[in-house]
Amino acid sequence: MSTISRDEVARVAALARIDLAPDEVDRLAGELDVIVDAIAQVSEVATPDVPATSHPLPLTNVYRDDVPAEPLPVADVMAGAPASEDGRFLVPQILGEE
Amino acid sequence: MSAAVDLVGYDEAVRRYDPVIGIEVHVELGTRTKMFCAAEVEFGGEPNTQTTPVSLGLPGALPVVNGKAVESAIKIGLALNCQIAESCRFARKNYFYPDVPKNFQTSQYDEPIAFDGYLDVELDDGEIFRVEIERAHMEEDAGKNTHVGGSGGRIHGAAYSLVDYNRAGIPLVEIVTRPIEGAGARAPEVARAYVRALRDIFRALDVSEARMERGNVRADVNLSLRATPDAPLGTRTETKNVNSFRSVERAVRYEVSRQAAVLDGAGTVIQETRHWHEDTGITTSGRVKSDAEDYRYFPEPDLVPVAPSRAWVEEIRASLPEMPADRRRRLQGEWGYADAEMRDVVNAGAVEIIEATVAAGSSAAGARKWWMGELARKAKTDELELADLPVTPEQIAQLQGLVDSGRINDKLARQALEGVLAGEGDPEQVVVARGLEVVSDDGPLLEAIDAALVAQPDLVEKIKGGNMGPVGAIIGAVMKATRGQADAGRVRELVMERLG
Repeated sequence: MSTISRDEVARVAALARIDLAPDEVDRLAGELDVIVDAIAQVSEVATPDVPATSHPLPLTNVYRDDVPAEPLPVADVMAGAPASEDGRFLVPQILGEE
Repeated sequence: MSAAVDLVGYDEAVRRYDPVIGIEVHVELGTRTKMFCAAEVEFGGEPNTQTTPVSLGLPGALPVVNGKAVESAIKIGLALNCQIAESCRFARKNYFYPDVPKNFQTSQYDEPIAFDGYLDVELDDGEIFRVEIERAHMEEDAGKNTHVGGSGGRIHGAAYSLVDYNRAGIPLVEIVTRPIEGAGARAPEVARAYVRALRDIFRALDVSEARMERGNVRADVNLSLRATPDAPLGTRTETKNVNSFRSVERAVRYEVSRQAAVLDGAGTVIQETRHWHEDTGITTSGRVKSDAEDYRYFPEPDLVPVAPSRAWVEEIRASLPEMPADRRRRLQGEWGYADAEMRDVVNAGAVEIIEATVAAGSSAAGARKWWMGELARKAKTDELELADLPVTPEQIAQLQGLVDSGRINDKLARQALEGVLAGEGDPEQVVVARGLEVVSDDGPLLEAIDAALVAQPDLVEKIKGGNMGPVGAIIGAVMKATRGQADAGRVRELVMERLG
């Protein structure tokens, strides 16, 4: 039983800017099905007295004091820029902006 | 920009349609460091000098929440009468845009830190309008794009963008209203008053400098129209980044007129984001809401939940300062101002300066007279804020003290103020240096009175005949002769004595 359709895979891939070939879409739809089924099995075990969690660590409220630290040196920052101008990252024109 | 758009006159539009607004306000918190890393936050730094691997989204970098930002978010929530979540978490909002280096914004989605609140907003005529708050959540700001090219004298077609990540990761709190219904024709005013009330609260809480012109506070304004107040909500547009109180009001007005024209033409309002153009006062079409709006939110795995203890929340609640609206009511009572007077003071942004003037010893009436009169005019002429005029509340208190003690009258006080504004020193010094004190010594006054009586024998006859009308003219002549430095009351007494 396939719960993940080809269309869904194609749509999520497009949202994630991942260029998939048709055969990859087919393969991933199948593989994702297996994952979703596995999660569905876990859901069956979960009972109302098991709180939902987004996190495996038994931690809350991990905070940092509001104290500045040294920033990354600009040279290091810009070292990762494929192109730059005036100390800023140069990127292609953004569609839809005037 | 597109061709002329059909508009329905505003009054006509709100006669036939019921506007519903919704406002999202983002406020940049005034913390020293960013939301998830220790990069210092400082306005106007050189590009990309305030970043860390976290705010640049470099591989392997791990965020840690700024505790001060959480405290500020709780303060805002409490000030807006919200519930504070017992536990909440962050979520990733996934989208691709160069100002978001991680390809997601760390935000809150299904579990905001504050929810179900309200804010009572005072309108221009003193009416209170309740705006219900759906939620306030924590998130981070994006970097700043500068678009280059086209008209800039560069090679044709070589348009591109430059990105500065100093702003990326600055803590934001986003406050979302429920649909604001029932404002009717006053919807634009309600929108403006609401954003202004929020700005005042941010400042009172000291969680942000809340400077609109720096983009510390940014509003997105949703608007829809429906035929009648009991009809279901119409299709809304969202006008982004409206960054002044006046613009909030104008943007709502414009969208009411525009949408009314669309609906009149039997068209449908398109659900879309719109851009606000400050210079022309119009909105233009931006993105149509579509697949691209699927942000695939999911819980942020790199951050643990925020679960503020009730003890902490109550501690913060107990530490909240007096809210601006309460403070205004208290001060109005203390100062004895009429409602309209107080509103003018508030609208002129003169509350703090009058408070300081009163604290420095001035009567409240005197403080209002100077700041709302002479000084307001001066500020307007010079295009300055009251606080930027070269005169202090202490000096105004001293000036009013000189008037109250009878050493100078109002006219002389205005001259003394001129001197203060011209940098001649404190009022006391100006009065002495310019010789402005009221002449209270009877000798010179009697001389001037006698001269006035001799000069106008016909008036003297009338007064002696019981017609008191001309007394004013005699006093006027004396005031003129003493260059306004006579105590008019004393002059009157002496004139009456002279004429028996």
